[in-house]
Amino acid sequence: MAKLHVTLPGLDMKNPVIPASGTFGFGYEFTKFYDINVLGSIATKGTTFTERYGNPLPRIAEGPAGMLNAIGLQNPGVHAVVNEEFDKLSHVFNGKVLANMGGHSLEEYIETAKVLSQSDIVGALELNISCPNVKEGGMQFGTDPELAAKVTREVKKVSSKPVYVKLSPNVTDIVAIAKAVEAAGADGISMVNTLLGMRFDIKTGAPIIKNKTGGYSGPAIFPVALRMVYQVSQAVNIPVIGMGGISSGKDAIEMMIAGASAVEVGCANLVDPYACPKIIEEMESILDEMGIEDVNDIVGKSHQF
Amino acid sequence: MNYQGKMTISSHKELTKDVFEMVVEGDAAKYIKEPGQFVNIKITDDMTPYLRRPMSICDYDEHSIKMIYKVVGEGTKLMSKKQVGDQMDFLTGLGHGFIDYEAKEAIVIGGGLGVPPMYNLVKKLKEEGVKVSAVFGFGKESDMFYIKEFEALCPVYVATMDGSYGVKGTVIDAIKENNLSFDKYYACGPVPMLNALVKAYPDNGYLSFEARMGCGFGACMGCSMKVKGASYKRVCVEGPVFKSEEVIVNG
Repeated sequence: MAKLHVTLPGLDMKNPVIPASGTFGFGYEFTKFYDINVLGSIATKGTTFTERYGNPLPRIAEGPAGMLNAIGLQNPGVHAVVNEEFDKLSHVFNGKVLANMGGHSLEEYIETAKVLSQSDIVGALELNISCPNVKEGGMQFGTDPELAAKVTREVKKVSSKPVYVKLSPNVTDIVAIAKAVEAAGADGISMVNTLLGMRFDIKTGAPIIKNKTGGYSGPAIFPVALRMVYQVSQAVNIPVIGMGGISSGKDAIEMMIAGASAVEVGCANLVDPYACPKIIEEMESILDEMGIEDVNDIVGKSHQF
Repeated sequence: MNYQGKMTISSHKELTKDVFEMVVEGDAAKYIKEPGQFVNIKITDDMTPYLRRPMSICDYDEHSIKMIYKVVGEGTKLMSKKQVGDQMDFLTGLGHGFIDYEAKEAIVIGGGLGVPPMYNLVKKLKEEGVKVSAVFGFGKESDMFYIKEFEALCPVYVATMDGSYGVKGTVIDAIKENNLSFDKYYACGPVPMLNALVKAYPDNGYLSFEARMGCGFGACMGCSMKVKGASYKRVCVEGPVFKSEEVIVNG
């Protein structure tokens, strides 16, 4: 049996599979399907300092091999997350979570990070500077290397836990952003967030998503994510958590070969609630078939080419 | 309780233009406990269409689920081509349905594809000894379906927007013209109809909403609705049935 155990800053995981933020709620919703302790970690729903309802409906549209969403960081605010949501999760999950967080201003990032990083269940923070669905903050921090570095530096100052920065693919040069956040003290990078997209009703001409634009994710974006992980993981010396369209054990292995030290699985969870445990089992059997004893041995295997 | 499983099509027929009745059989049916709950179907094993399709339930028992759906897009078009014996992947027992049967005289109100979920509800209400009538709204006479099946259970009143059958106008016009009295109502249909009902009858109603959903089981927040007394509720988990008192009109 291949060894799947991986160790990343703040996250000592029995396997490299993490459900991605926004596709897994605060985890406990999935206990009606399976024991979530099989997971490496959980990237919890994006949290802001104050409660946010998010965007008006409809928030969801579809496309070839993927979906468009514009939820808008709906969450009950950091205190309710720590006191209620994490409390519920801690009764059904023994591991540490990767607490995803966002904000509309630098101050909100700082205040949210202070509270979140003090929670026992939090292994590390995932700084969302790449949400395409909020008007202020979010992606604006992730598309400018200087702003990205600044928010990383300030959050690092107040966080007692390692900080991963979640990058946007909606940039000309993702390597420049990655290097900037590494220099600012990021402990890791997670990538990629969704690709900005639209759909229209051909009868009325109106966008299907009320917010007009949304973030595209799903198998359709997998090759784009692979390319970006391949580029970034060679340019930085901190671990990269790879995501974007992973829906099988084979995909997860390919993402690690591209250079990811662990993977996040996103909207596959929405279509098949059992996606993550299936991916973990598939990874194990594919590695066994390939005669690979330790999953860490495949990380960045593509870099020689 | 949510259950994922394959269901096998045992009957499939077109009731009126683009409206189909499908019966599927399999173990997953037993997880449906309340009229008004829904299923979420992966129509093909392909990557496109990517998402499941949420579908209301017309009737159910331990082994089977009857659905009535309209072809409105790519997913339902593929569904309409399915044959008896074909299988689809289902999540069943989703959401909270109509569970309050305490009424003397009730009306069920359905607009278009909001009619089917009322079928099992009427059966439940009758079992509980409630006097029940049905009020249905359609665009025109040729859109109508399932009237005979309901007439076998209870009195049925129809409104059509063009007046080609029954009362000309909306379900509210039909309620008023027929002087229907009721102490509780249950409704499913397009959002403008539900909004109009809450405005006309703010109390003692239960309304089933629909929304575009990512998952159907509470993970993605794609269907969150603003309600009174809470910051939001998810149509897929806390709904799809909401009390009239908590609905924000045009919210």
